[in-house]
Amino acid sequence: MLTILFDGIAYGMLLFVLACGLAVTLGLMNFINLAHGSFAMAGGYVTVVLVNRLGVPFLLSLPIAFLASAGIGFIFERTLYVHVYRKSHLDQVLFTIGLVFMSVAAVDYVMGSGQVFVQVPSAWQGKFDAFGVGIGRYRLLIIVICGLLTVALQFILAYTRFGSRLRAAVDDGRVARGLGINVNWIFALTFAFGSGLAGLGGALGAEILGLDPSFPLKFMIYFLIVVTVGGTSSITGPFLASLLLGIGDVAGKYYVPTLGSFVIYTIMIVVLVWRPQGLFSRATSR
Amino acid sequence: MTPPPIAVRTATEWLSARARWHPLEIVFWFAAFAAIYLFPARHLILTEIAWLGLFALSLDLILGYAGIISLGHAAFFGFGAYTAALLAKHEIIEEPVLALLISGCAAMALGFVTSFLVLRGSDLTRLMVTLGVALVLRELANRYGWLTGGADGLQGVSIKPVLGVFRFDMFGHTGYTYSLTVLFILFLVARRLVNSPFGLSLLSVKSNPLRSSAIGISVDARLVAIYTVAAGYAGIAGALLAQTTAFASLEVFSFDRSADLLLVLIIGGAGYLYGGLIGAIIFKFMQDYLSALTPQYWPFWIGLALVVIVLVGRDRITSWTTPIRLMAARLNWRALARRSAERL
Amino acid sequence: MAVVLETISLVKQFNGVIASDNVSLQIEKGARQALIGPNGAGKTTLINLLTGVSRPTSGSILLDGEDITDLSTHKRVRLGIVRTFQINQLFSDLTPLETIGLAVSERRGQGLDWWRIVGSRPDLVAEVVEILERFHLTDVIDKRTAVLPYGKQRLLEIAVAIACRPRVLLLDEPAAGVPEEERHEILAAVAALPSDVSVLLIEHDMDIVFSFADRISVLVNGALFVEGTPEEVAHDARVKAVYLGEELVDA
Repeated sequence: MLTILFDGIAYGMLLFVLACGLAVTLGLMNFINLAHGSFAMAGGYVTVVLVNRLGVPFLLSLPIAFLASAGIGFIFERTLYVHVYRKSHLDQVLFTIGLVFMSVAAVDYVMGSGQVFVQVPSAWQGKFDAFGVGIGRYRLLIIVICGLLTVALQFILAYTRFGSRLRAAVDDGRVARGLGINVNWIFALTFAFGSGLAGLGGALGAEILGLDPSFPLKFMIYFLIVVTVGGTSSITGPFLASLLLGIGDVAGKYYVPTLGSFVIYTIMIVVLVWRPQGLFSRATSR
Repeated sequence: MTPPPIAVRTATEWLSARARWHPLEIVFWFAAFAAIYLFPARHLILTEIAWLGLFALSLDLILGYAGIISLGHAAFFGFGAYTAALLAKHEIIEEPVLALLISGCAAMALGFVTSFLVLRGSDLTRLMVTLGVALVLRELANRYGWLTGGADGLQGVSIKPVLGVFRFDMFGHTGYTYSLTVLFILFLVARRLVNSPFGLSLLSVKSNPLRSSAIGISVDARLVAIYTVAAGYAGIAGALLAQTTAFASLEVFSFDRSADLLLVLIIGGAGYLYGGLIGAIIFKFMQDYLSALTPQYWPFWIGLALVVIVLVGRDRITSWTTPIRLMAARLNWRALARRSAERL
Repeated sequence: MAVVLETISLVKQFNGVIASDNVSLQIEKGARQALIGPNGAGKTTLINLLTGVSRPTSGSILLDGEDITDLSTHKRVRLGIVRTFQINQLFSDLTPLETIGLAVSERRGQGLDWWRIVGSRPDLVAEVVEILERFHLTDVIDKRTAVLPYGKQRLLEIAVAIACRPRVLLLDEPAAGVPEEERHEILAAVAALPSDVSVLLIEHDMDIVFSFADRISVLVNGALFVEGTPEEVAHDARVKAVYLGEELVDA
């Protein structure tokens, strides 16, 4: 039981790191970015190439994956995404689905269509027993890294100058612009950072989520669930939503394997119809 | 200062201008039916165009006319496909036309029930709810393998002759004639519907729901109605697929299918009924050509098309139809002006 | 005179803030009534309550003595409570002809008519043409609403409401934002409204209020403050104090 809880938490925290960039994109620019998973996939494949082919140590490959995805995100944001912010939601959806399809086919072309795994150092494999709970070492590593990242994120948002500007921009872009905050610049940086986090998540998750070219499609719905159920007004909402989703998914697959993802989708529909603003967001007057 | 009065006849003509048949439309359908005799070797792909066109027409009804973004329209397509395949396999309803109607009704029922889920919420929640419904159906179809054949698809379906007379053949001759006829009839119905007071009220709901309710329109009821009708259309399109290929698989519910459908409609342009049909023609021939080169990387070209279309601007992409539309409008306008001048 | 629309002790709270405070308002048949009040007095809230956009926290709304407090907006429109909007709420891609045609067909309950082509009922079209002529819109009937001059859009705004054949018409600042030279056309249209329609005019411009209304209700802080004939209100020391106070704040 506790093992499932533990695995669920690890899974949930991974989802949070993967998806939190999306929450900011959505909250900040009201932009629907279905291609978020493509940046995660990029990070995953970067790690695979580094570790498996070039023999870079696993832990060192993680920050590189972050930087690579952040760089790709930054380039895409400046060259392509900027042209689509002001377009309708339909255009945003079409555009980002297009990117997903292109990334899927491109990765398939370069890396092949099969599933790939990262060679995690043997020190991180296996399980150990703590107070009767079977704890996977790798999952513990995920929890530690993601937990530290979450705390760092919270700190950046709450206490730094950048964080307060970001929050101002999310709350009311026009007012923030009026106050002389360069919202476009903030957005580019945030987008790159969010993509980087997704890339890091993809690198960490390659082992337990599985990595193949269809990754962005398979997990798109999960990322979307995190942000729509969690709401975009804070990072606490998506964090709680990720944990719930992670635990729910792991528990569901363990106890009622025949139901598959059915339960998750159904719950998502119910939540969205019941509270379109998200489960954890304050009811806004807008 | 007071503008001149206007004759009721003139106003009537202006009002019904949208509904008037244009020569190009007649040419379009004439060509479609002529293909039965002219291109017998291409009937298989033409059949696919026919059901895809119908499917896109269905999306146009909710997206182009009522403004509902859906990423899960395949839910109804797939539901119709499985219904038709199951009806034939278990020999419940053997006559294809009747089975087609029943499949359409089944999809309509599903559309009616799920329409209440898309009434509220933003574009994003609608998008996710529609996507969610399609995913749930796919999971269900996967799990109840004893009924649906699971991941292998529903095999061993044999379709009886249409109306007991026209037997399906492996070259798609019957299939094309059958699909095209169904498409044509349903197109006529849709054309009638969008040019009716009901169709006008849909446009008003899409344009300004606040004002629509302020002139006494029950916005929710209208959305439920068109969503239900569109679901029926999608179901019939799916049933056509199942009947002409004698097969149904989980792939009918897939996300790719819903996403491709958006592309099909966007290529042709939403909101004037022909967009989906023209889009289907372009899409299928493009697919035919490009997948022959590199079948695996076909999604790349779809993606590229979507990205380019958005970056260039959808209006500009579909503007290739504008000269035609403008010309049509000008001809109409001249005729109207002449007639009203004669009267005054 | 018979009372058509009546509110009884309407209260509306938003998160503890009282936006409508115990409002009991009566509108008589054929009334030319004005609702005035400083900014933030709760005029918009009251209109939203009357048209069913929001529900009151307590109190009730009666039309001809029947309780309509829980009816939705579109049902109230069918019963004859129709409004115009301070900021144009029109169908930008439809023409005035189509807009009025739509409103008339909806009023006649033919909105679900999906097998009949628009414009195929001569009597309906005749009525549409009559309304368009009355509101001086015949020269633009085939233009997209979005490209009409602002004054024409304001006229269309009122014409749509009239096409719904209201019993009570709520006019929300009909001349707002209209350039001076087009203003008289709007005011003439307002003055020429059918006499059996009860009109509640929400307006800031006191010239319009005093030339139009035979009865004025003053709303302050969500509550009905003073009610009476234009003379009574004009000479009411408390009303002067409220408006003077606002002007002082503005200055």
